[in-house]
Amino acid sequence: MSEISCHPKAGALKTSDPFVNGLWKQNPVFVQVLGMCPTLAITNSVRNAFAMGLATTFVLFCSNGLISMVRNIVPKQVRIATYIAIIATSVTVVDYLVKAISIDVYKALGAYIPLIVANCIILERAEAFAGKKPVVPAMLDGFGMGLGFAFALTCLGAVREVLGAGTFLGISLFGPHFEPWVLFLLPPGGFISLAIWLLSFTLWRERAEKRKQASVVVAEAVGVEVH
Amino acid sequence: MNHESLSHIFLDAFLINNFVLCVFLGMCSFLGLSAKFSTAWRMGVSVIFVITVSAVLSYGANQILVAVHAEYLRLIVYIIIIASTVQLTEMFIKKESPGLFRELGVYLPLITTNCAVLAVPLFQTSRNYNLVQSTVFAIAASGGYCLAMVLLSLVRERTELSDIPSLAKGTALTLVLASILSLAFMGFAGIGSSGN
Repeated sequence: MSEISCHPKAGALKTSDPFVNGLWKQNPVFVQVLGMCPTLAITNSVRNAFAMGLATTFVLFCSNGLISMVRNIVPKQVRIATYIAIIATSVTVVDYLVKAISIDVYKALGAYIPLIVANCIILERAEAFAGKKPVVPAMLDGFGMGLGFAFALTCLGAVREVLGAGTFLGISLFGPHFEPWVLFLLPPGGFISLAIWLLSFTLWRERAEKRKQASVVVAEAVGVEVH
Repeated sequence: MNHESLSHIFLDAFLINNFVLCVFLGMCSFLGLSAKFSTAWRMGVSVIFVITVSAVLSYGANQILVAVHAEYLRLIVYIIIIASTVQLTEMFIKKESPGLFRELGVYLPLITTNCAVLAVPLFQTSRNYNLVQSTVFAIAASGGYCLAMVLLSLVRERTELSDIPSLAKGTALTLVLASILSLAFMGFAGIGSSGN
């Protein structure tokens, strides 16, 4: 395991198809539980969550590509410092890009854009993937992981916005008599809705595994009868 | 210039807007290293040290950057300061107390990727704090981090012995506990002259 992963329990990484891997099998939020700060802080509306996801995707794409390009030049002892410098540069670019595209989104995301530097997903991908692989797979991996992150953030944002404000992307869903469950927009709601998502994800995976085992048993039984 | 009183800055960063439970910073180490009380408080104390030193250094660096009109380098300079402060702390602890160094182990270098450490210089810059205000803010914010770590680790040690459905074990349970703690911290919102 990489020594800089900031979550000790991050699962072992298999790299079959880098794109699908990041998007679903090794989803950074639901499976690896990495990058928790923006996941919890920015997801009080779908729009902000999605914007944050896109910004992180851009940083991951650039930093993975650049790191993969310089992987053979940088000595092993100073690689972490080099990675951090590359990541900080990409984040500065994103900071100015978001400010130029939409000042509203920039204000809503606030300090969390510069904080993408300290998002552990990015350094984790640099250490576990981009530092060892050629440029194209590294960029694909960054893109897949970033979209997986954006997907998870949007899921969480949807739950919190629908329950906490009764709206989806700013459109009212339940009419004027809906009493919003404000708690879900506040910090405790962030923790509890992520817990609910993780629980349902684990439940779903356990069920799928059981079904797979059951089908194997059935196949074996049928096979025995045939012989 | 910002004219907030020092006591207000302290209370605000320590309890009302607790860095971990209300602003969601330093989540990775909060969820990952809070399983045991002994690691949690050691991590908390080393974070207090790193944040305070790097906040004072970044204050100086920001003055220089503003003087030479190179504000766009701010983020890169801050992260380099933090990385070198962590390295410095590591060397200092190794020399002064090898026992503590061995106990902290891999947790020391991990402080570099803790977003709470980067957030303190960023916040103090955007709020225009002066040197004294920045120092108080840094101590309060990191103290709040330490407090949250210790509280969660104590609760988690108790849940070790209780009967929990296997599905909810691990991160999900920790998140539910954190949510309850965060709910409790919302009660502090009324303290001080301006609650927000």
